[in-house]
Amino acid sequence: MEMLSVRNLVTQFSIKAGQVKAVDGISFTLNEGETLGLVGESGCGKTTTALSIAGLLPSEGRVVSGEILLSGIDLLTLSQEELRKRRWKDISVIFQGAMNALNPVMKVGDQITEVIMLHDNKNYQEARKQVRELFSLVEIDPDRIDGYPHEFSGGMKQRVMIAMALACRPKIVIGDEPTTALDVMVQAQILNLLERLCRDIKMGLLLITHDLSVLGEIADKVAVMYAGKIVEMGSTEDILTQYRHPYTEKLVHSFPDIYGKREMVSSIPGDPPNLIDPPSGCRFHPRCSLATIRCRTEEPGYIDLGGGHITACHEIRGYEK
Amino acid sequence: MKETHAIRRRKAGQFMDSFRKNRMGMTGAIMLCFFLIMAVAGPLLLPYNAMDFGVADDVFAPPSREHILGQDDMGRDVLRALISGARISLSVGILSTLISMVAGTFLGIVAGYSGGKIDVLMMRFTDVFLVLPWLPLMLILAAVLGSSIWNIILVIGLTSWAGTARVVRAQTLTVKERQFIERARAIGAGNGYIMTRHILPNVFPLVFANTILVSAVAIISETTLSFLGMGDTLHPSWGMMLHYAFESGAASIGAYWFLLPPGLCVVGVVLSFTFLGYAFDEILNPKLKKR
Amino acid sequence: MKSVMEASALHVHFKARGSFIQEIFSNHQKKVKAVDGVNIQIGEGEIFSLVGESGSGKTTVGKALLALEHKTSGSILFNGEEIPSGTGKSSRRFRQKAQMIFQDPYQSLNPRDIVLDIVGEPLVVNNLIKTSAEKRERVIEALGWAGLRPQEEYLYRLPHELSGGQRQRVAIAAALILNPQFIVADEPVSMLDVSIRADILRLMVEMRDRLGISYLFITHDLSLAWLISDRIAIMYLGKIMEIGSSELIVGSSLHPYTQALISVMPLPRVTKNKKRLILKGETPDPIDLPVGCRFNPRCPVVQDICRRQEPELAEVTPGHQVACHFPKKLLVGAP
Repeated sequence: MEMLSVRNLVTQFSIKAGQVKAVDGISFTLNEGETLGLVGESGCGKTTTALSIAGLLPSEGRVVSGEILLSGIDLLTLSQEELRKRRWKDISVIFQGAMNALNPVMKVGDQITEVIMLHDNKNYQEARKQVRELFSLVEIDPDRIDGYPHEFSGGMKQRVMIAMALACRPKIVIGDEPTTALDVMVQAQILNLLERLCRDIKMGLLLITHDLSVLGEIADKVAVMYAGKIVEMGSTEDILTQYRHPYTEKLVHSFPDIYGKREMVSSIPGDPPNLIDPPSGCRFHPRCSLATIRCRTEEPGYIDLGGGHITACHEIRGYEK
Repeated sequence: MKETHAIRRRKAGQFMDSFRKNRMGMTGAIMLCFFLIMAVAGPLLLPYNAMDFGVADDVFAPPSREHILGQDDMGRDVLRALISGARISLSVGILSTLISMVAGTFLGIVAGYSGGKIDVLMMRFTDVFLVLPWLPLMLILAAVLGSSIWNIILVIGLTSWAGTARVVRAQTLTVKERQFIERARAIGAGNGYIMTRHILPNVFPLVFANTILVSAVAIISETTLSFLGMGDTLHPSWGMMLHYAFESGAASIGAYWFLLPPGLCVVGVVLSFTFLGYAFDEILNPKLKKR
Repeated sequence: MKSVMEASALHVHFKARGSFIQEIFSNHQKKVKAVDGVNIQIGEGEIFSLVGESGSGKTTVGKALLALEHKTSGSILFNGEEIPSGTGKSSRRFRQKAQMIFQDPYQSLNPRDIVLDIVGEPLVVNNLIKTSAEKRERVIEALGWAGLRPQEEYLYRLPHELSGGQRQRVAIAAALILNPQFIVADEPVSMLDVSIRADILRLMVEMRDRLGISYLFITHDLSLAWLISDRIAIMYLGKIMEIGSSELIVGSSLHPYTQALISVMPLPRVTKNKKRLILKGETPDPIDLPVGCRFNPRCPVVQDICRRQEPELAEVTPGHQVACHFPKKLLVGAP
């Protein structure tokens, strides 16, 4: 079932140097219980996408056009007040380093009860009972409800933040680099947890990350972003093995594969473009080894490769696999 | 080295751009310029000698066309005294600030960078100067050392470095933890080198802003000392003028022209330094920028 | 193979910072055993990786090898001689031969210095040049090694005018300018975008091939260690758990901790149904170490003896050492 549908979203920032289209016409859908990975380098617009959907853009940014449909309702037509009410119930966000956002002088349980009481009209006792359930859901001993943040390790605090994000049973959870600052073992624990939650409570997860290899473990679909646009999207299998866009190819090959050949990973020459004045034609052309004159002048449209696999490249090649 | 200068100039340009946009800073700068011009060029523009005594009629003569600000208890021109006082007050303020800045920066960096026992000892020493009531201390020092202008400078310098040392030490502690300090150690740099080449440039903006604020305090201190009669009679400052005005009873006979000008000048200079100091603090410490 | 750097029974302990009350009333000061008996030999032209999670003590080992951290006990031999501590002449000579590349190129360069001064600093500090023309010439040469071309374009830039990758190259140029024999690279790519990691790693390997530099590569990312290094040591709570060639560690590791690390390592593959060995809990603080094997509270195959007796590193096959009472393969097959 389709839960979230983003259509032609354009988000613009007004900064001193001019107008920046951080997100420039992206579209995707997220189904019930599904995990969509949004991957790209720093500055590609992936976090802006998350903030736009959650309605948490800073004051310099605004959504210029497009639709964000959640269960058929366009969030962009709602007032600030209506959005605020929906924020925890429909959509919640787990930020990178979110564990540092806990108030150090307040019991962790109370910080979650607060959210529940505010949004669900429950009394303290009911809310507390719910927090205990949430704790066991994210595999924390419910008896630790009265602990203070400093008594929790980094991974445990991240679990608390996940519990908080789940407090009002949202349909969609957006994870913005939720495991980036964590050790690999803790990362595996958290990813495992998120995967189980998607399955068990039919939570839709939009996972934003710079680390494509993480998505191989958890995502059903992957969208690759470059300079404010989605350049390729498809099932995780499609993206990791049947990629057609040169950027995706380079990105996949910048991770070593210990079950593959031991050869140096690839790098992408040059720097990501300046979005104040993006390159003409295909935005990737200055860094692309396949670029032709057409790439420099004409922006590629999406080519449907079947099975939900789309790519925006003039020079798509058939990769033999 | 041409390019190095170009970079310095570019950085200075950026600084000037933000300074020009800072209304408080510009006000301070214009006010201070006025007083500096007065101190430097003033004496050349006036025909009288500061020490020219007048005849009996001139004593406490109110402002007139010839003497715009009137005459004092000895029949001297007040404007003339005011202008020569500007030189004294400003030099005392700036020179004593220099002493305080050098001593405070040195102690602050050494204490903060060395840490351990050296830090504890130096900071307890600083605390002593910090909590000493500065006015009685200055009075005693001035009395013991005699009231020459150099002693006044020294006394003010010695009593005002402690605050600077504290601020510099705090900043040194944060700079010390940055990785480029460790990198410098890894390439074999000694402590002296690290303190002068890496710590100092990174605490300097703070020192600079702080120094300007110290100047304001120094000028008030000088005025206070002189007003209390500890000034150097050979180098009459604004504080000395106030002292004479008070002693001669200018206030009770209503000779406002003798009292007000030096008082207003002190207020003006102190304000201009304070404005400048806050403005620099705001520009050089980006964390304060958004208020 | 001649060993360039050799540490034996290296211990680095710190005083634990307890609470105020604890510090007053506790009789004996608690110790954080950051490095607790580490032996490594790094050969000439070898890239040796130290892999571990945060709190494993890997960075402390690196700093101790460069005398940037005081060792509590043990010996560190550089070219067969004990490394000097302090700031004397022999210490100077050592510092010229052994350099460090730091993790965060945003923090490790003085924001107020231009590239010329940053890269030339080792020469100035060690009094190795006489004129500024000479400095400029050597800096240009080092920038060339680090792949910053045309060099003249970079000389007068400030760190904030460079991208992350360029900054790390500047840091590498500064490390190379003294022609060192040995470099400790502490997570040199972890702060960089994935698309430029390869450039920096390739540069390190290239310098090894051309100049014969030996590296201690400190990383949390086992796959990067596998990619560029000759041998890998896995650290856990201040001790080496397993040590061997990259192929052995990744392909036929025998320590349960190593195998768990490998099983959770993200890959550029669809691994949704991969068998994983996810350990419970997190690496504890190295203050109160468990009795016996320090990995025993989290070990999936723990036995009684593991709670009583600490296993020492023992050779299982030539060049492959494991510190485990029951070294065996737990998971079979690639995903």
